[in-house]
Amino acid sequence: MDSQGLKPRLATIWLGGCSGCHMSFLDMDERLIDLALRVDLCSSPLVDVKEFPNVDVTLVEGAVANEAHVHELEIVRARSRIVVAFGDCAVTGNVTAMRNAFGVEDVLTRAYRSTSAVVVGVPDGADGMVPRLLPRVRPLHELVKVDYFLQGCPPSADEIYTFLNELLEGRTPTIRRFG
Amino acid sequence: MSVKTLKIDGEMVTGRAGETLFNVAWDAGISLPRLCHVGGLSDVGACRLCVVEVEGQSKLAAACVTPVEEGMVVHTNTERLREHRRLLIELLFAEGNHVCSVCVSNGHCELQDLAVQLGVDHVRLRYQHPKRGVDATHARFGLDHNRCIFCTRCVRVCDEVEGAHTLDVSGRGASLKIICDLGEPWGQSETCTSCGKCVQVCPTGALYLDGASVGEMEKNRRFLQYIVTAREKREWIRKG
Repeated sequence: MDSQGLKPRLATIWLGGCSGCHMSFLDMDERLIDLALRVDLCSSPLVDVKEFPNVDVTLVEGAVANEAHVHELEIVRARSRIVVAFGDCAVTGNVTAMRNAFGVEDVLTRAYRSTSAVVVGVPDGADGMVPRLLPRVRPLHELVKVDYFLQGCPPSADEIYTFLNELLEGRTPTIRRFG
Repeated sequence: MSVKTLKIDGEMVTGRAGETLFNVAWDAGISLPRLCHVGGLSDVGACRLCVVEVEGQSKLAAACVTPVEEGMVVHTNTERLREHRRLLIELLFAEGNHVCSVCVSNGHCELQDLAVQLGVDHVRLRYQHPKRGVDATHARFGLDHNRCIFCTRCVRVCDEVEGAHTLDVSGRGASLKIICDLGEPWGQSETCTSCGKCVQVCPTGALYLDGASVGEMEKNRRFLQYIVTAREKREWIRKG
């Protein structure tokens, strides 16, 4: 991975998830210092970069739930050598996809029209401010090629560190859990 | 008693006539993956995970419902079988709503464990997200249809061990469903003895003790061994 003597370039991105996987990433605590010496964190919700750069590895948290996610995921795939489905939402759809059994209109009605307090109406996405929800929430691999699947809701800090360490050492990370 | 001699994974083994391939393999130290078989209950061949290759037969055979025959040559762990088993696990995940992260059995689930054991790291099939319900009408137990894989262990233990036959199966295909009595809410069942055996044999989080939260439901099946030993050997020995 480090053929030119440069540090491998790492990115993370947050699609339809709760950010719990990123919180778990931060839970690596002092091991983050070790990682910071070994990788360049180029783009992430934790890094203020506007344009997604070319990287070696991207951890993608969350399922694909709206039109913006599709767009972002396509960019991530095009610009990453290795794409990792980071956590259960990315791998299976998980909680994000539980709305699929109901249909998007029913879900929007329940969230925005049938509320007991303020009824603000359903954001329709027409003004481009809010991305339109997809009819069905999908795991990453339904849209793009995914190289590795890192399970867990969220994957524990230990699991994330072990996974990244295996990748950085040039080994193939093994599956230790499902869901 | 007639004895059959056969070969499983290159080892010569013997079994009694009428004994299943599954049990003979088990006695030889080969534990086949399974979700519907459980020692002490009848076998139905529902999950197909214990499929094996028998030389001379093009079709795969479910070991739990295939009697041993003289001279059989059986393979239990070929790449073809591993791929079939992986696909079966993926089919089960895609068919129901197994959201492991919010399941009472997360971390203690036979389906989840088998996925890891068989190397399933994602589901290649499209998730169906069926609209199923939860029967929470019983005072002590819950039935979450979303997590049911139709192994029918609960139906069999209710009938064969408890003798109540409260649980059964209705419908076919995608509309298959575990029901209580003639489809009443579980809490209104007149036949259920509230023994809880169904909960303990369920391989997933479909049946659970009321009040269990995420990851808290661990099944204990030792009662079954106790009852079966008592019935078959007339020995009333409780271990643990």
